[in-house]
Parts: sequence; structure tokens; C-alpha cells
Amino acid sequence: MGWSLVRLWAVLVYVFLFLPVAVVVLLSFNASQFGSFPMTGVSLRWFVELANNDAILRAFRTSLLLGALTALISTTLGVLASVALVRYKVPGSNLISTVLIAPILVPEVVLAVALLLFLNFLSIPKSFPLLLMGHVIFTLPFVVLVVQARLVGIRRDMEEAAMSLGASPIQTFFEITLPLLAPAVFAGMLFAFTISFDDITGTMFWKPGGVETVPTQIFAMLRNSISPEINALGTVMILLTVGLPLVGLAIARQMAARRGG
Amino acid sequence: MTVEAREARQPWILLSPALATIALLLFVPLLFIVVYSFWLRTATGADQVGFHLDNWREALTDPFYRDILLSTLRIAAITTLLCAVMGYPAAYFIARSRGNKMLLLLLLMLPFWISYIIRTMSWINILGVSGAINSTLIALGVITEPIQMLYNETTVILGLVHFLLPFMVLNVYVSLEGIDETLEDAACSLGATRWNSFLEVTLPLSLPGLAAGGLLCFVLAAGTYITPLVLGGPTDAMFANLVFEAIITQLDWPLGSALSLMLLAVLGVLVLVYNHFLGMAQLMKGLG
Repeated sequence: MGWSLVRLWAVLVYVFLFLPVAVVVLLSFNASQFGSFPMTGVSLRWFVELANNDAILRAFRTSLLLGALTALISTTLGVLASVALVRYKVPGSNLISTVLIAPILVPEVVLAVALLLFLNFLSIPKSFPLLLMGHVIFTLPFVVLVVQARLVGIRRDMEEAAMSLGASPIQTFFEITLPLLAPAVFAGMLFAFTISFDDITGTMFWKPGGVETVPTQIFAMLRNSISPEINALGTVMILLTVGLPLVGLAIARQMAARRGG
Repeated sequence: MTVEAREARQPWILLSPALATIALLLFVPLLFIVVYSFWLRTATGADQVGFHLDNWREALTDPFYRDILLSTLRIAAITTLLCAVMGYPAAYFIARSRGNKMLLLLLLMLPFWISYIIRTMSWINILGVSGAINSTLIALGVITEPIQMLYNETTVILGLVHFLLPFMVLNVYVSLEGIDETLEDAACSLGATRWNSFLEVTLPLSLPGLAAGGLLCFVLAAGTYITPLVLGGPTDAMFANLVFEAIITQLDWPLGSALSLMLLAVLGVLVLVYNHFLGMAQLMKGLG
């Protein structure tokens, strides 16, 4: 009896988590001109309008560029730091770990204010570079956590074998360590990209006037009126941010399988 | 240079870019706003450098700020409690289920990949004037005019619970997964009922996960300003909304600095208390 109650509870929790999102996807195919209930038929008109909306397309380009650059920088920094922490005995490694995850221990609003005001003091105004720096700093801890978790599982003997056969440390890193690291690097980049692509809390502080990312564009559209295009945009974003990691997971698994086989 | 010396230097070379970035883009800016909070924004818009306590006096004594800080903490506490009550049984179910555990976990991870703003605004489709509930009730003839359900404190809490619940479930799941299941069986074979063995054995052992999830939910809820803007009414501002207002709308950056630091201090104390009793390791388990 107790167990079926727990199961029912769990089912309800999953329904609670997914029902509103499912409604967004459902309504994005709504033919009704108000885009709300009742559904009057299935149509792709909101996606067509989306594809013709310059502001949204611009926001998409900004978000993609920002996410890609964030992923690149943040993963580079994160992988180097993780390698150091996992592969070497570093004095004070506990303190270093805490410092590396400090950006997620500070509320994002506070981080956003501090960065904005400090860089403005250094004469760096609200701009794309400021956005990029902000996104790098708050994605870095997540990259470090993900990459470190993957790194622990990689054995050291291959590197030692390469070194004992005469490879230099740099050669060993590029020819042995990096290929072994590839799934971890990939996971880190994907994670950083998704977090950057979704961010709104910091972005609202850092973005210059007139520049919108997809989340801030959605927010701006919400303020005006509940346009049905928002649901279509939501569906596209869900496809992108859920689809990408799933594809990524599959690729990573295949890479791992090929290596193991 | 000896081999040992080179060995010892390598990790620092690898660490320095990340550490320098964090120092430059987080620690120094935080110190900077401490200094900035003692400056004054004058009517002309220029900052008056100096040591003025005006911002702090305003932030700490104005009942307006105090009331919103208290209501922010109350909203965060209710959100955390709801997440715990809703999330614990779900996490227990995932941890003890056979067979489809991977699917359940994957589904639990999905919300993390769905944009926060989409998940927040999705409730407008459900509760709005032309949302799912109102249109159903009107179609059934229960009501003739739509009910105004949105834009109050309850919907703010609803949105926050919806956003933060996966964090709670995941953290509790991680700690439940680490508990030896045979412990409960042992308690039962010694005469305890299932419920008793859960209360006496499993629940206490899973408290670290519950605490980690609770800390995350509380800190994230107390630092939000987007959810009140999307799902709250004009009087449902939370403390972070005040920060946003001061910095972006009023451009009173010194006051905004003081308010940010107040929020950091309140939430920082919580993190420190947590760290003192439980350490950061549990929190990292749930995040990683």
C-alpha cells in the first residue's frame, strides 16, 4: 500500500514538472489566431512568423555566438584546472576547489552587479565582451565539476607508458591525454553552452540596450503581451536545449564505446 | 630546474588561467562593490567618492527594504519546504525502483535543459485568463467569466517550486542511493515496521542530501528577480528586484552595491553555516 502511494506521488511530481512545458509545445501548433485555448486546429503558422521575425533571429544569432564562445573559453579554462586538480598533488587543493566553484556560491544577481560595476569602473561598458566575461565566470564552476567527475575515471597508465617510451609531456598531453579527455571536454562544452544559452538573470544586467539574447527577447515579449509566437519560440528552444545534449550524450557514448572496443 | 621542481610547477601553470579569471571577474569586483557602497550617487549622476554611510543607513534602517527582505526569506522558506515535501517521496521512488531507473533519472534531468524563462512563463498558459484551467471551466459551464489566478505571491511560489524541485529531487536521490538498502531490511527483521525502519534508519541517513537540496533551493529562490517579474503582481517584488531596480532603473549604483552586499551577507551566512556542519562535499555530489 505504502509503495503504491509513493509511486502515485512520484507520477504526480513528474506531471507537475512536465505538464506546463507540454502545454507550451501543444499551443505552439495551435491554429487559433490568439494562440491560446481552445485549440482550433494544428498549424505551423507561428513557426513561420518566428522565422520571419527579425528581432528573434537576431536574438538567436547573439545567443548562439555567445554560447559558443562561452563554451570554448570556459571549457579551456575548466579542463586545464581539472587536469591539475585530478592529476597532480596540489597543496591546498580543497581551498582551490572551493575557489573554482565560488561563482555558483555567490547569488547570480550579486555576481552580475559586481562584474557590471567593476568593469564599468575600468571603462568597459555594457557590451558583448562584458556579456561574454559574465557567462564565462558563471559557467566555469559547472565545467570544472563535470570535467572533474569524468576525469577521475581515466587511468594514468597510458600516459605513463607514452612517457616511458620517450614522449615529451606536451606530446603525451596532445596524443594521449586529450583524446582520452575528449568526452569530458565535449560534456563540459555542451554544459557551458546550454547554461549560457538559457541565462537571463545575469544577462539582463550585462546586455547593452538594443541587444537581446533569446531568453531576454522572450522576457521582453512577455512584458508587451502574450504573443503566440512565444510558445513557438519556446518549442524551438526546448528542441535545441534538450535535443543537443541528447545527441551529445549519444555521440559521447559512441566515442567511449569505440575506444573501449 | 630539477624534475621535481618542474613537476611541482606544472599544476599551477594549468590552474592559473582559471584562478586568475575568478580572481579578476569575481573576487576583485566583489571587493570593489564593498568600496563602491560607501560612495554616493549625486543628483547630477556622478559618483561622489568617499566614505559615506548613507547607503548602508538607508538599506539597513528603511522598513521598506527590511519588509521585502523578510518576505523574500519567507517565500524562499516556503518554496524550500514545498520542494522537500514534494521531492522527497519522488526521490525515494526513483532510488528504490527497479528496471526503469535510468529513464526516471533522464526525465528528472530534462527540466535542467529546458530554459528557466520558458518553464516560468509556461504557467501563464495554464493559469492565465485564457489559459487551460479557465477555458476548461468556461467550456464546462462552471464559470462564465475567467478567474484571475495569476500575478500574486502564490504563483511566484508555484513558479519557484517548479523551477527548483529537480534540484531537491536530485540531491535527495544522490544521498538515498548511497544508503545500503539491506539496512532497512535488517531493521524490519529485528521487528520494526516498514514505516518505522524508514523513519529510524533511512530518513536520518538521507538528511545530508535533504539539507544540500534545501540549501540550493533556498539560495536560488531568495536570489531570483525574474520569477516575480513574470508571475508576480506589482507588490510581489523580492529583494533581488530591489537590486535590479536600483542598478538598472534608478542607476543608483552605490545603493545597489549596498543592497547586493546585504543579500550576499544573508545568503552567505546560510552557506557558511551549512559548510560548517556538513561541508561542501555533499553539495558537489548533487551538482556534479
